[in-house]
Amino acid sequence: MAFENLTEKFKRIFKTIKGESKLTESNMDSMLKEIRVALLEADVNYKVVKTFLDRIKEKAIGQKVFTELNPSEMLVKIVNEELIVLLGSDSSELHYNKSKPTIIMLVGLQGSGKTTTAGKLAKLMKDKLKKKVLLAACDIYRPGAIDQLGQIAKKINVPLFSMGDKVDPVEIATKAKEEAYNSHYDVLIIDTAGRLQIDEKLMDELKNIKSKVNPDEILLLTDAMAGQDSVNVAKTFNELLGLTGTIMSKLDGDSRGGAALSIKEVTGVPIKFIGVGEKLDDLDIFYPDRMASRILGMGDVLTLVEKVQDNIDEKQAKKSVEKFTSGNFTLIDMLDQMKQIKKLGSLGGLLKLIPGMPKISKEQQEMAEKEMQNFEIILNSMTYEEKIHPEIIKNSRKVRIAKGCGKTAADINKVLKKYEQSKEMMKQMNRYKKSGGLPPNFRGF
Amino acid sequence: MGLFKFLKDKFGKKKEANNLENPAESRQNSENEVKKYDSGLAKSRENFSNRIKVLNKKFKSKKIDEDYFNDLEEILIEADCGVNFTLNIIEDLVDTVKKEKITDTNKINELLITKMFSNYYKDEDSNFVDLDFTHTPHVLLVVGVNGVGKTTSIAKLANRYIKMGKKVLLVAADTFRAGAKEQLIVWANRLNTEIVTGKDNEDPASVAYSGVKYGKENNYDLIIIDTAGRLQNKSHLMDELSKIKRVVAKEIKEPIDCYLVLDATTGQNGVLQAKAFKELIDINGIVITKMDGTSKGGIILAIKDELNIPVKFMGLGEKIDDLEVFDLNKYLYGLCKELLDDEDE
Repeated sequence: MAFENLTEKFKRIFKTIKGESKLTESNMDSMLKEIRVALLEADVNYKVVKTFLDRIKEKAIGQKVFTELNPSEMLVKIVNEELIVLLGSDSSELHYNKSKPTIIMLVGLQGSGKTTTAGKLAKLMKDKLKKKVLLAACDIYRPGAIDQLGQIAKKINVPLFSMGDKVDPVEIATKAKEEAYNSHYDVLIIDTAGRLQIDEKLMDELKNIKSKVNPDEILLLTDAMAGQDSVNVAKTFNELLGLTGTIMSKLDGDSRGGAALSIKEVTGVPIKFIGVGEKLDDLDIFYPDRMASRILGMGDVLTLVEKVQDNIDEKQAKKSVEKFTSGNFTLIDMLDQMKQIKKLGSLGGLLKLIPGMPKISKEQQEMAEKEMQNFEIILNSMTYEEKIHPEIIKNSRKVRIAKGCGKTAADINKVLKKYEQSKEMMKQMNRYKKSGGLPPNFRGF
Repeated sequence: MGLFKFLKDKFGKKKEANNLENPAESRQNSENEVKKYDSGLAKSRENFSNRIKVLNKKFKSKKIDEDYFNDLEEILIEADCGVNFTLNIIEDLVDTVKKEKITDTNKINELLITKMFSNYYKDEDSNFVDLDFTHTPHVLLVVGVNGVGKTTSIAKLANRYIKMGKKVLLVAADTFRAGAKEQLIVWANRLNTEIVTGKDNEDPASVAYSGVKYGKENNYDLIIIDTAGRLQNKSHLMDELSKIKRVVAKEIKEPIDCYLVLDATTGQNGVLQAKAFKELIDINGIVITKMDGTSKGGIILAIKDELNIPVKFMGLGEKIDDLEVFDLNKYLYGLCKELLDDEDE
């Protein structure tokens, strides 16, 4: 997960300060030094780090941190506030036209994730906002680019506007706009070719597209793994095109994404979305305040709540709760439960959003996820009868199931044991439910 | 001989006098290559040696003080050289300058470049080892995170070896990303070479297997396998990759080359990428792409520092010919040209 290292670093720094009874000028100095290295290691731009630390210093001294009762908390607060300023102060939404199509243009360097993000945006608008979306393929240079957008469009059931790779992208964009107006689309998303910001010819092409279609949003894709130079890239794109926002891609990696954050500081252009995976649902709205809390290790409860609401099928959830407590808990129910959890995204990502949970190591998270995968594979090799009445699974069935899914009989035993444990827990819960309390080991849930 | 002087003698203005052992023809070639590096890295240099030059001018008649070293630190960090690497170098530099009472900025630059690159440079005089074709088919597996330019680099590599007279087979084992297969097919057609593809979402290891089998049966010299982009922290995707290598290794007894493609715009995460892929499938070469941009690719210094993986090629543009063998000396000369020439003025 992004920022993990930065979060951990900050935590360590705050801990050192917590251990001391007083915040002195010298230990604040060492803390600022550590923050500096942490930010630079996170690829936050050198100059941005400088201004950030100057602001922190100024605020800390101005507010007389030294005399506060809990100086470390005070500093956390200041750093957090300043990070929010650094990241942008509000969540920035896209601007939609009421009576005419909204035109969105995606631009960026090669490999920053424009085409995938075009698909994700289209899906989000179509599914969540019920917009009628048209995708336009204006990347005529990279082999396979139009094919890629076409396949994505098909997958999410959104029409593709393409004129092949022999037509000038400016003309394709112009024609796509006409089509969007004529067929009353709500949104037109224009995918453009990746280009270096110093490529004058290709930058001119973007300027021409802009002047022809007059887009409502020009969004720059920035790579979460980008280094120091990303600030120059964003600056030039902004100067030449007038960006309305940026989208940070590949935040599901283990990069700390600092450079993308400094873009906000240097250009003033807000970050509007973040890409968090390769699936077409993996696009999140960017909330600077939440991200700042996340950097500081405070958890991101709000994002979690939203995720849960969107993904859990309520009826299904209710049904499994009933099953949970009625005692007729089968292997199928267990699989359903797992699938519900899977829908929420990676377990590690989920745990990271819950305050007080960051102590689970990466390895533990991965093991838990692997276990879930294993269960599904094994359950898929069982007959219906076996899933409903697991008690009939004896040796010969175990051997057959193991063969079917490429596991060992011991693996099957593990699943059955886990099932027995879950069933036992359900029974306990049922008893407690009837008596009105929660079993002692359920308090964490 | 110091690195600074070495570079200068080898590529700089005094080249003719010092390069007598080279026959005229090869010198001509070498000059052309230097020129290509030179123009390819023009933008990178603008932000590196020109900035140092400007800094030198600023301090021409002033005393070298803390501000000078702070500015130097900024230039290095903004070249993505890495924080620890930079802080160590600057600290070391300050010590030497104080001890030896150096006041000349040119001298300081000379020291800086020697300190920065000498570690890198040590065992790298003849640093490029090409693929080994003693046993054919030879297999090259190309891996990397998403969007670094794997497929384009593969096309460029294929072009290089086809030009050398090799029979090259492409294998599209990225069955996941939409349009990936089509992208490689277009290149195969342009290069007029064969390609093995699978169905969408087919197990990439099985595509790799069919590709290697086909390559063996049809006497190919080189089989290049394209893989899906994967972030190095996704363990299931990394498992998939080691499976591909396992399956290929079953068919091919000779060692397989594994190249990691790295984007020059990548920051400190590049080190983690190289580390993860090396641990998993023993990367033995790096292709650094997008070096024609304004990024300095400083991350390769940190990678060399920590992991000792050589950079084999660098991508300098979108055209099929925009691939150069990575030569550290030329890279350094390309990056520091202004500083080296400056001394003569």
